[in-house]
Amino acid sequence: MDGFLPVLLGITPMQSLIDNHGFQVLTSNFSSFLWGALVTLEITALAVAFGMILGLFFGFLKYLNHIKITYALATIYIDFFRGTPLFVQILLLHFGILPLLGDYTTFTSAVVACTLNSGAYIAEIVRAGIQAIDRGQMEAGRSLGMNYRQTMWYIVLPQAYKVVIPPLINEFIAMLKDTSLVSIIGVSELTLRGKLIYASSYEPAWVWGAVAIMYFVMTKLLALFGDYMERRLATE
Amino acid sequence: MIDVRNIHKSFGELEVLKGVSCNIAPREVLCVIGPSGSGKSTLLRCVNQLEKVNSGHIYIDGTDVTDPKINIDKVRQQVGMVFQHFNLFPHKTALNNITLAPMRILGLNKIEAHERAMNLLGKVGLLDKADVFPNKLSGGQKQRVAIARALAMQPEVMLFDEPTSALDPEMVGEVLEVMRNLAHEGMTMMVVTHEMGFAREVGHRVLFMDEGIIVEEGTPDQIFDNPQNARTQSFLSKVLRA
Repeated sequence: MDGFLPVLLGITPMQSLIDNHGFQVLTSNFSSFLWGALVTLEITALAVAFGMILGLFFGFLKYLNHIKITYALATIYIDFFRGTPLFVQILLLHFGILPLLGDYTTFTSAVVACTLNSGAYIAEIVRAGIQAIDRGQMEAGRSLGMNYRQTMWYIVLPQAYKVVIPPLINEFIAMLKDTSLVSIIGVSELTLRGKLIYASSYEPAWVWGAVAIMYFVMTKLLALFGDYMERRLATE
Repeated sequence: MIDVRNIHKSFGELEVLKGVSCNIAPREVLCVIGPSGSGKSTLLRCVNQLEKVNSGHIYIDGTDVTDPKINIDKVRQQVGMVFQHFNLFPHKTALNNITLAPMRILGLNKIEAHERAMNLLGKVGLLDKADVFPNKLSGGQKQRVAIARALAMQPEVMLFDEPTSALDPEMVGEVLEVMRNLAHEGMTMMVVTHEMGFAREVGHRVLFMDEGIIVEEGTPDQIFDNPQNARTQSFLSKVLRA
């Protein structure tokens, strides 16, 4: 297969790629990687979805800072989960707290930890988003005779929603990457699969390179979605 | 119609209103003038309780609005307000800025609210801007939409908080024109303004405020042609010379 023509046609490089051990490791474990990526997406989606609920709730409590008790509650929650490493939170919840509550799986622990963490960050995004809306908007709504709830719902929140989209997408991307930490408790997401495949193949560059590319593709798609949302909101 | 009795208002250490009393009769146009920081905007904002007073009472149609037990939303439906910075809802078209409150509060259906809004847009000369978003309107147009929005609740009284202060000079006229027409129709109006010409021509009565009190009060002729108080004289000599 030597010679200039086969190289030019890409046959020789292709053949040497196919013959490469690292490449063979990737192809034979391809479905395992894909399943890992799927689990990563699953944890991220659940964490972000539940995190949004938590974030909206606590973000509001933090925004309503004249109600001292709920404000303090929200502050403690947000400060704790933003002020400690997610890695430690995963270990604490999985080994320290969830065992006290009964039946659970590593997957549950992973989702719970990521949700609580994400919720804290989203709460701050929500609070900042509402606060970013000019006070005059609330005043205008109230001066027309709408009550607080109506003004919040029809006037402030629709505007805050636009402010909140870009940082929310950022948070989703960060969360997607951070789910790699749950590999420590044995959830077989993308990073843990990489670790196992690497351990049996000793092809670090190929395996971790592939893992990195798969994370990158997922975050890039999310970022593109974010760009699309931003453009759509800007034209509205 | 509106009766303000000895109200005091402080922001922290700063006492902005130091015992202010005044009243507005139905169909009357009351203009409040005075230097910046004199408390005139705060007085206006206390009337519809965007600011809470520290002491004193404000009666609107006999209802004490400083009483925390009353339903302030009901009162505000009768009291339109126009802001210096318009405060239009940027996510809604001119038309939907106007229809929002009548639909949500008064329960008008879409057709009724639409008709009411179009009438008002015609009245302020902006029929062609119904489907335009606020960011595509000039300052004068924004303020006219804001006036229409307040009128859509069919209030008994309108409060104007320096409605032309944020406008380019060439747009002041179109807004004052709308206000003038409103006054001629018999709307009860309380207008905080720096437009002395408007106060003089349209106002039935003028209040001059300085440092948190009403220094002088009278007809436009009395205030502008024959001010009694030295502070009024000095203020007017400065603004009228310009």
